[in-house]
Amino acid sequence: MSIDETKAARVAKLARIKVEPDALPALAQEFNTILGFIEQLNEVDVEGVEPMTSVTPQLLKKRDDVVRDGNQQAKVLANAPDAREGFFAVPKVVE
Amino acid sequence: MSELNKMGLAEARDALRAGDTSSVELTDACLTAINSASALNAFVHHTGDLAMEQATAADKRIKAGDAPAMCGLPIGIKDLFCTKGVPSQAGSRILEGFLPQYESTVSQKLFDNGAVMLGKLNMDEFAMGSSNETSVYGSAVNPWRRSGEDTKLTPGGSSGGSAAAVAADLCLAATGTDTGGSIRQPAAFTGTVGIKPTYGRCSRWGVVAFASSLDQAGPMTKSVRDAAIMLEAMAGFDAKDSTSVDLAVPDFEAALTGDIRGKKIGIPREYRMDGMSHEIEKLWADGVTMLRDAGAEIVDISLPHTKYALPAYYVIAPAEASSNLARYDGVRYGHRAKMDHGDGITEMYEKTRAEGFGHEVQRRVMVGTYVLSAGFYDAYYNRARKVRTLIKKDFEDVFASGVDTILTPATPSAAFGLNEMAETDPVAMYLNDIFTVTVNLAGLPGIALPTGTSAQGLPLGLQLIGRPWEEAELLSTAYALERSAGFMAKAEKWW
Repeated sequence: MSIDETKAARVAKLARIKVEPDALPALAQEFNTILGFIEQLNEVDVEGVEPMTSVTPQLLKKRDDVVRDGNQQAKVLANAPDAREGFFAVPKVVE
Repeated sequence: MSELNKMGLAEARDALRAGDTSSVELTDACLTAINSASALNAFVHHTGDLAMEQATAADKRIKAGDAPAMCGLPIGIKDLFCTKGVPSQAGSRILEGFLPQYESTVSQKLFDNGAVMLGKLNMDEFAMGSSNETSVYGSAVNPWRRSGEDTKLTPGGSSGGSAAAVAADLCLAATGTDTGGSIRQPAAFTGTVGIKPTYGRCSRWGVVAFASSLDQAGPMTKSVRDAAIMLEAMAGFDAKDSTSVDLAVPDFEAALTGDIRGKKIGIPREYRMDGMSHEIEKLWADGVTMLRDAGAEIVDISLPHTKYALPAYYVIAPAEASSNLARYDGVRYGHRAKMDHGDGITEMYEKTRAEGFGHEVQRRVMVGTYVLSAGFYDAYYNRARKVRTLIKKDFEDVFASGVDTILTPATPSAAFGLNEMAETDPVAMYLNDIFTVTVNLAGLPGIALPTGTSAQGLPLGLQLIGRPWEEAELLSTAYALERSAGFMAKAEKWW
């Protein structure tokens, strides 16, 4: 599977990272190097093998269905680049 | 008492309890050492005032007879841990200015134990790197140099600042985290001890996430005894991390008997890589001899899927990273790019992430995005998770056959020069983790400790791998190896 500039641009878009057009050839090349390395996995016989979901076999703990914290609006917003009137502020989303 | 900062945790603890020194004196000695070590670029956020406050409080506790193991001991905290009101940037520009409103469970446990925080330690950006060179702060520098040279060497990564600080006696010990080798490789490069505990032993709550199914915190120290003391203080069940396991934490220090008579130590043949340097081969063979002389039984073992660990890791870790790092969007915390007229929210995300993430992080996020994307999920991500199952089974089979501990080299070489890998492709850098990454994939505990030096006078380390949850036995075996190796060398001060 080879990655060309169009595919590299598509991946960058999916990852929401702006990549300038002149950087795409080098990026595609790096992807191909890394994917070439990953391709080794095709040599492994994985017939009937379960994909790992948890490295430690365990049931997730259940907690009581009660409110444990909250009312921390100021703390939640404390690090926001732009917070107004108790909300996170972002550029207009709907015209 | 002179040069208090050169003590380890056990020695300093005993000195404090005996009243031979105070936490304020110890802390002051470390702060002085840090101030004169800016050339190492290990500490990137300084918390001297907080440290003196904590030291004063610790001295009171000690006087009152309430002195838990870490009480009054000055340590450094990796920048990946969220520390309340103290910058926690994960070595990234995207978290510039971020001040956590809460304390990570591990750092809180250390503080509850009386530990003193000297500051935050340099690291590869989001723990993605093996040389500390991806850090927004610039690389930390290894206090060790090749004999007769002044080339700056990497302290390894990602916990490079932690390793450099401990090796240079800027602190008594430090926290690290390990996703593919990020505690053990820097420990090996700096002549220090680093243990990655079993997955689930230490809470990940408040530790900036890289690859959640692989990340574990652990101590980086000057001796195996210190590692036992500090791990005990860091470990334990935490309701805030659903993957933390509800098991009692043993008294690791008390378990350090160093008696390994009759223990079975496995030597995996697949770790004898083509082109392995003579130096590393000899280091490994010497380790085998030491353990045999200490009464252990040495057995050859096979871990057949070893070769596929790195490729599987470089699917799974980027996949999880692409998901975890989706939260850095310029909305809730950290950096937001300046926008041009007409830019909407998508442009804001894209510019923020292009400006905020460094090159290696961008690359891994995009690789992760690719392997999770429609049409490739099965071919890459699911296949890698199946291979991970097989890698774990390799270890289970070996342990089921009666092997107690596995001995391997920690790294394929001694520390390399900063910028030396700049021209190579990314995969060459990834090969640094070849001996360590299997342990993360299988969720096992692993410890690196110094057992020899290279021809150029640099420290070299071996790795011991234990059964899940048997850190106590692993530490005791490491203690036996440490005693036999008798590695006492320190970097000569040039900084």
